[in-house]
Amino acid sequence: MKNRPSLHRRSAWLAPLLAIGAAGTLSGCDMVVMNPAGDVARQQAHLILWSTALMLLIIVPVMVLTVLFAWKYRATNKDAEYAPNWDHSTGLELVIWAAPLMIIIALGALTWVSTHLLDPYRPLGRLAPDKPLAANDRPLEVQVVALDWKWLFIYPEQGIATVNELVLPMNRQVRFRMTSSSVMNTFWVPAMAGMIYTMPGMETKLHAVLDKPGRFEGRSGNYSGAGFSGMTFWTYSVDDQGFARWASQTRAAQARLTDATYLKLEQPSENVQPIRFGGVNGDLFRRITQMCVKPGTPCMSDVMSHDMAEPGSHAPVNDRPPVDAPKGALRKDADEKGAAPHLTAPRGPAEGSGERGAPSNRNMTRLEPAHRPGVAASAQG
Amino acid sequence: MTSATNVPPGAQDAVSFYDTDPHEHPPGQSTMLGFWLYLMSDCLIFAMLFAAWGVYGGSYAGGPRPSELFELPLVAVNTAMLLFSSITYGFAMLAADEKKQGATLGWLAITGVFGLCFLGIELYEFSNLIAEGAGPWRSAFLSSFFTLVGTHGLHVTFGIIWLVTLMVQVSRKGLIDANMRRLQCLSLFWHFLDVIWIGVFTFVYLLGVLR
Amino acid sequence: MSDTLLKTIFGRLTLESFPIHEPIILGTFIAVMLGGITLVGAITYFKLWKWLWTEWFTSVDHKKVGIMYMILGTVMLLRGFSDAIMMRAQQAMAFGANEGYLNAHHYDQVFTAHGVIMIFFVAMPFVTGIMNYVVPLQIGARDVSFPFLNNFSFWMTAAGAVIVMASLFVGEFARTGWLAMAPLSGLDYSPDVGVDYYVWALQIAGVGTLLSGVNLIATIVKMRAPGMTMFKMPIFTWSALVTNVLIVAAFPVLTAVLAMLSLDRYVGTHFFTNTGGGNPMMYVNMIWIWGHPEVYILILPLFGVFSEVTSTFSGKRLFGYTSMVYALLVICILAYLVWLHHFFTMGSGASVNSFFGITTMIISIPTGAKIFNWLFTMYKGRIRFELPMMWTVAFMLTFVIGGMTGVLLAVPPADFQLHNSLFLVAHFHNVIIGGVMFGAFAAINYWFPKAFGFKLDPWWGKVSFWSWVVGFWVAFTPLYVLGLMGVTRRLRHFDDPSLQIWFIIAAVGVVMIAVGIAAFLIQIFVSFRDRERLRDWTGDPWDGRSLEWATSSPPPAYNFAFTPVIHDLDAYYDMKTRNAGRPLTGFRDIHMPKNTGTGVILAGLSVAFGLSMIWYMWWLSALSFAGILAVSIFHTFNYDRDFHIHADEVARTEEERTRILANAAAGA
Repeated sequence: MKNRPSLHRRSAWLAPLLAIGAAGTLSGCDMVVMNPAGDVARQQAHLILWSTALMLLIIVPVMVLTVLFAWKYRATNKDAEYAPNWDHSTGLELVIWAAPLMIIIALGALTWVSTHLLDPYRPLGRLAPDKPLAANDRPLEVQVVALDWKWLFIYPEQGIATVNELVLPMNRQVRFRMTSSSVMNTFWVPAMAGMIYTMPGMETKLHAVLDKPGRFEGRSGNYSGAGFSGMTFWTYSVDDQGFARWASQTRAAQARLTDATYLKLEQPSENVQPIRFGGVNGDLFRRITQMCVKPGTPCMSDVMSHDMAEPGSHAPVNDRPPVDAPKGALRKDADEKGAAPHLTAPRGPAEGSGERGAPSNRNMTRLEPAHRPGVAASAQG
Repeated sequence: MTSATNVPPGAQDAVSFYDTDPHEHPPGQSTMLGFWLYLMSDCLIFAMLFAAWGVYGGSYAGGPRPSELFELPLVAVNTAMLLFSSITYGFAMLAADEKKQGATLGWLAITGVFGLCFLGIELYEFSNLIAEGAGPWRSAFLSSFFTLVGTHGLHVTFGIIWLVTLMVQVSRKGLIDANMRRLQCLSLFWHFLDVIWIGVFTFVYLLGVLR
Repeated sequence: MSDTLLKTIFGRLTLESFPIHEPIILGTFIAVMLGGITLVGAITYFKLWKWLWTEWFTSVDHKKVGIMYMILGTVMLLRGFSDAIMMRAQQAMAFGANEGYLNAHHYDQVFTAHGVIMIFFVAMPFVTGIMNYVVPLQIGARDVSFPFLNNFSFWMTAAGAVIVMASLFVGEFARTGWLAMAPLSGLDYSPDVGVDYYVWALQIAGVGTLLSGVNLIATIVKMRAPGMTMFKMPIFTWSALVTNVLIVAAFPVLTAVLAMLSLDRYVGTHFFTNTGGGNPMMYVNMIWIWGHPEVYILILPLFGVFSEVTSTFSGKRLFGYTSMVYALLVICILAYLVWLHHFFTMGSGASVNSFFGITTMIISIPTGAKIFNWLFTMYKGRIRFELPMMWTVAFMLTFVIGGMTGVLLAVPPADFQLHNSLFLVAHFHNVIIGGVMFGAFAAINYWFPKAFGFKLDPWWGKVSFWSWVVGFWVAFTPLYVLGLMGVTRRLRHFDDPSLQIWFIIAAVGVVMIAVGIAAFLIQIFVSFRDRERLRDWTGDPWDGRSLEWATSSPPPAYNFAFTPVIHDLDAYYDMKTRNAGRPLTGFRDIHMPKNTGTGVILAGLSVAFGLSMIWYMWWLSALSFAGILAVSIFHTFNYDRDFHIHADEVARTEEERTRILANAAAGA
């Protein structure tokens, strides 16, 4: 792992390139993707620069030639050579196929290597270009659950959980295990690492590290419904003492994340303020992933052991009996059809409150309570 | 590539630029190609449904499995119905080629009856499954089963409607070119459904029961 | 009446489904109604109904069908663009305390509708319309292989558009994004009519797209003029052939995946649900197996247009024709091997991701070769900067940037940071506006004189051109920047005030594009008003090279009195250089297909079927479906589908053309 090629060093000369791009108009803005606070995102930024530079090798000449030819061979320029029947040149054709091919070979090699090195499932090899990871490094595990429309973070080691607040110790590898309670989202802290989907009934993984202290924005990158815009959270990068202090403070919090609390939390809500839970049910994350927190819903693993008993079957996804699934439209009685009103929430005063979670904001994007036609009222809970 | 343009002016008498003595094209010269292209697109729909079966075929969600549900003898009878209908359609086409209108209509009618038997057995199977609580809403395995087999059944249904329409048209207009073309298209369609069914029988029923 | 009876009749349609309490929509509705009433009134007053019905709606003439596609695309462009303006306005103002003027219900429908409309009902009709109009002329055919199907395809596309438009006024449209990703689009999370509107609009329009694909392949394969071997086919026709192969091989996938989604919604199956063994990832895979080829379905015909335009206006043979054709074929095949690059972030293994990343990059090789071929077609040419050529140069300069950012997105680790960000949004607008829209405008300016007999006004054309090109860059450069600042797509509200300036700049860009669209409409109006000034009598206003310029403008219903015989790739240029004259005598009767109203009726019934399925009015669904079957069967009983244009009439038309040509020659 130590000898992992460093994109960082070699791309030092690319800094001026970035400077050209960023000069002038861009100087005021914070391009967090290009200037992140963690090693993974930094390598990704360098990869973006390298790839762009490689492609500019061919893009710039093409653009220059386009303008040049357009100018030189304009109809009014009678001095320019005119060869109306010249339509083939084997040599030139070889060049115009070979030149992009060369670039793509280089880029393809870069892609193959970097994709494997930066595979989010793969534990990190280093914390920074000059900081290899100890062989016995144990990453901090954070379990991430995307809820409608907020983020739940469970720290199994610390036995605590938070909503819309992610606190991470600097310079320590973090392993995110992610899932979603309802629809697909992506977990994205641009300053730390690229995004990965969180999906219901499935677990995805991401390894990352932060190496600068500070507060960074995190959000969902995949549209997930009405409250999507407010599905943001702050990521705090703190030193080890700070993390320990924060963890013990959180542990002192009154609230406990029990099954009942979770089921309440799972209901759609928007622009949620950070919440801290001083304790958390041990295997909650496993049961969220298997979609069996609600009493009476069997876990997928139990069902699958039944299904997989037959030879030749492969592991299905979401293989839980459809106990609470809505009835298909064609199977509904007339009375069950419901109505489809033109759902426009009452329009509050145009100036909402900047404060997250203020009622006027909720008013703007207010949703009807999750309404599932065809499910008996008791099943809807 | 540029050679043709180098002919000097005045030499155009040698080459003709317009077809001044056209023979009239018979209508429908691209019908078979067009219909074949349509069938290929239909084939892709079935490909997606087979792919879905491949993915979902083992997702029983705690519900019944193929070995508990499928009655292979019944399916074998059903398969025979469809295969026989393909043969009889072949006889209909042979008769049509010999311009024997009565025989064509007779064979078409027999084909239709086989098709109806096939559909009847399929509907019986479906209603049994649903009555047993194994409807398409029970599990993804059953969803993909009903969708794949049902889509095929739907095609057979439309095939029969088409067949009846064609029988009326043949009996009215005789075996004219337009009707021959239609018979050939339906022939393609009918045999295509047979081929699809062989896939269904093998991958869904036989391999389904095996796993 | 009892509630049950009401529900049985009207399904879930209630009075509340009409947005009477929503001023914006109500205003739009009233405006549309007033406009519609005025239009209907005017048509009635000028007694144009019969003319519209017999000459246009029921016409099976590929030229008229093509023009109707273009009109549909233009009308829907206005709708899709209104959505764009609404989004830009919302994002420019919704910062901090200001929630903007659209709530999530409204805004989420707006961005979904924008995507759906722009792809399916603007870009697709433009592309299909251009192919429909030009391909038969370029191959020297009198019509397409299946003229009735052509008319039917158009009306099915229009029926899809009608259903999307209906969602504006009755109920609502999907709030899912333009691909309606599961499980969000399932019954669990979108129980309302929105996704049903989406599904039925696309399924019905999809029938039209698929059939027109089959039709054009058969036409190109079977109906080429004598002498036109595959490698003497004009490059646009080649691109049309490849495009339609892609259509026939991709659209069934969309049909299948949407059918499964609707089964989930209507029957309660478990294809893409979270329980019962469903797998939402399957939806994502399947929709992109269609979705990526769709991208090439949109762009390849325009590549053909750019090739024709570059060659014509450079006064040169197309450079590297053969390699251009092979490039098309390579793109056609590779288009099916890259779909996974739309979701590298879904957690596939590194090897899978790299495979799809690298196949994606490989597509840039033939695409790059094509760019070079256009470049070397210009080289040693005599380039006339008429509007089509201006659009082409703008395309070359714009598209390479879009292509570059596209390849960048194909590098998986880079994509982890750029996926679903505004960088991605900027990228695909960069290629779709810079490629498809610029190409559509090049094509419209290029072939308009062929279709109507007069050129489009260049002054307003240039206003439109500069507004579009500059407006595009002003609107989308900020989005590239915002993407790198970590802003994702489809956000309705922002907290970070430092982002706002970029959204305001983007909004300014959109206003400039609005000017470009207005200038385009004015251009058409002015050109129609000044048509005598802009008249082209020769049928060959640009010194064209392919067969469509060999006939009059607009071409007679039969296109060519005698089928041309082809000796060279640039068939008409060849005729001109060798002084090949049109035959002036010996005309024969010409065999032509008859018009029919069946297409309109079937499409109308399909609208009824779609709407009744959306609103759960099962009786109407059954009735309209039975109607569709009955009308189709009835149609097949009509064996009398063609007629002959009499030789005398052909002779008269052709003599008129000879006279006009002589006048034009004398005048020049």
